[in-house]
This record gives sequence, structure tokens and C-alpha cells, in this order.
Amino acid sequence: MNAPVHTQLALRHSYFEASARSRVAQLLDAGSFREFLPPEVSQPSPHLAVLGIPGAFDDGVIVGSGQLGGKPVLLIAQEGQFMGGAVGEIHGAKIVGLLRRAIVERPAAVVFMVDSGGVRLHEANAGLIAISEIMRAVLDTRAAGVPVIALVGGSCGAFGGMGIVSRLCSAIVMSEEGRLALSGPEVIETVAGVEEFDSKDRALVWRVTGGKHRYLTGDCAELVEDDAASFRQSTIDLLAGLTEPAPGSSALRTEQKRLTQRRERFAGMRDGLEVWAAMGMARPAEVSLMDRDSLVAAKKGLPA
Amino acid sequence: MENLEFRFTAHPARPAAGAALCGVVGSGNMEILIRPGDEADACTVSIKTSARGFGKIWEAVIADFASRHPVGGTRIAINDMGATPAVVTLRLAQALGDYTGGAQ
Repeated sequence: MNAPVHTQLALRHSYFEASARSRVAQLLDAGSFREFLPPEVSQPSPHLAVLGIPGAFDDGVIVGSGQLGGKPVLLIAQEGQFMGGAVGEIHGAKIVGLLRRAIVERPAAVVFMVDSGGVRLHEANAGLIAISEIMRAVLDTRAAGVPVIALVGGSCGAFGGMGIVSRLCSAIVMSEEGRLALSGPEVIETVAGVEEFDSKDRALVWRVTGGKHRYLTGDCAELVEDDAASFRQSTIDLLAGLTEPAPGSSALRTEQKRLTQRRERFAGMRDGLEVWAAMGMARPAEVSLMDRDSLVAAKKGLPA
Repeated sequence: MENLEFRFTAHPARPAAGAALCGVVGSGNMEILIRPGDEADACTVSIKTSARGFGKIWEAVIADFASRHPVGGTRIAINDMGATPAVVTLRLAQALGDYTGGAQ
């Protein structure tokens, strides 16, 4: 028998709407989270203080350890509601420190809950350096044999440097609501004009950067519902089969060749609709309205 | 940004946790961190807020809260990004609830 409607509603916890702290609590095995540098011992950004902007005690990122499906993991969670999850000096240092710890501790994986527009421009070079250090640390962690799994489903998506960082990870789990790209829609419109990209056209933004598009093009490994339990289960399933291959140039060359061919195949296309049609989706206009399971099934039916 | 400091006398709180954090420094929102203070019958509050010129309102809202809840022996720190008085009262109650383990 179906549960009453009010119970069904209560069972679903939107990942998109949740704060970073509640995402952490819902992702990990209950009660297993241990935070490193919790708010009472961390300090807000001195750069923001100089500019007269209130900081956050944890500088917008939570790092710590816990259990996921019984396996030990280290975890990073960015808070998108604080300055768009942007990476400042302390924020970046906490992430880099956590990744370096993973190289020593060898957990089953590092789970990186990305929710960020990229570098925190208020902190200028310190923020840019932090982003580049995160990129290096992700690659070092993977080279040491520890997978890094990015979860993208927050309101800020994964843009700018954090878009690059996400793609440097071993795998990405996304929801339809999540977005992943390099330059954000407003940035493209400001630089290249509204004729190039209309950032107010939300449907277009999602057709070009959203979770469904990233899933169809293979940029994310898994597509999940906007629900903390779905992110949790998908990450547990990924962990079961994920091993980090030894780093080498031949795999990189193969990937580079694949991406070059993909760019040529979809050259000149300006909308996800065109890309999906070129991939062989029979009715690309229906993609935006499909539920998650139908889209996953439709992708399986696409020509290789 | 404006820095505000207040001290209120209040009945002692009975902490269940070493510290409690509530809320996010986002638009129209704030975060609050409650830690043990030095005086059992007083509560010190330090606020960093992006909205200037609202010191009197902050004082009134927190004085009202301190008169109705046992917050003595605590040190409260707030980072604010334009929370309304109603949100401030809500966050204070949430944080105090976490700090005292739900017993107010």
C-alpha cells in the first residue's frame, strides 16, 4: 500500500535546497561524521574582513571524515549559499589539506560535494592560487590510488575553476538540477553578448550545462534524482566498482582523442537540443520533460 | 560592515554540547555560534553585520530573547548578511536548542 501523501513528501530531502551541513548529515552513515577544523576553531576570511564583508566561521567549506556504506571516506562540502561557494584562501587551504590527508590515510574515497561558482574574486590571487592547488591535490590524490568522487547538485553548480576541478575527479554524480561548465552563463553573456548566450533563458542554460545534458554527453558518470538519499546510494554504488588506474600518458591521449572527435562532431551547435539530435535521440525536445529513469533508459538505447 | 558588542544578564544555560552552529551567511540569513562564556549569569554577543545602522534593533531583539531564555554563561557570535529580526530570533532559538540539547 502506498504511504499517505504527507509521509511521501516528508521522505524526500532536496539536495539542491539543503545547506552543506545538512547534505553531509544525510549523505554519510548516521552519526559517523567527524569535522576537521569545526567552526569554533576555524577562522573567517581575513581578506573579506578587510573589504568590510562578514565572513563565515568555516569560510564556506566543511571538511572531515566519516563512513559511507560502512567504508571510510574523507569528505569536502562547499556551502553554495555563502558567497556562491566561491573559493578563497582559507576555503582552498582546507580542501587541499583534506586531499593531502587522503594520500596519507588512504580512505576508500574522497567525496567532494561541489557547490561553487569558482574562485572568490574578492581574494584575487590568493583565490586563484587556491584553485590551482586544489587541481594539483586532486590529481595527486588520484595518483596515490584514492578515487575522488564529485557530487554536483547544488544551487551554484560547478563553474569556473571548480568546473575544471570537478572534471579532474575520478567520477561525477549529478542531478538534473546540477550544472557543470567552465564560464558561467552571465560571464559568457557579459563577454560575448546576449546574441552569443542569453543567461536569462533558464531552459537554455540547463540544456547546455545541466545534469541531463552532462549525462547524455558522458561528462558525468551517474544521473540521480534531486534527493540526498539518491546521491548517497549512487555514491555507495560507484565506490563498489571504482579503482583508480595507474596514471599514464596513453590513457590521457585516448581521452584527448575522444574529446577532439566530440568537439568536431558537435561543432557549431548552439543548443543541447541539436547535440541530442546528433547523438540519435529520436525526440530531443522531450528530454527536458523526461524523468530520471526514462532518460537513463533512453541513453542506453542510443547508438554507440 | 558594522561590529556590534552587547552583554546581557540572563539565567544560566545548561549546555549539552561544547558549541553549536546554526544558519548560513547567505543573503537575508545569518550564522550563529554559541560557545561557553566566562560569567554564568551573563551572555556576551558579538555581531558582524553587512547592514549598517541597525544597532538599536539588534540590541532590542537580543535583549528580548535573553529575557525569555536561559542564555547565561554563553558567548554568542553572529555573522549576518541582512537577516530580519524574525530570522534572528528563529536562529537564536535554534542555536540555543542545539547547544542545550533541546531543553530550554
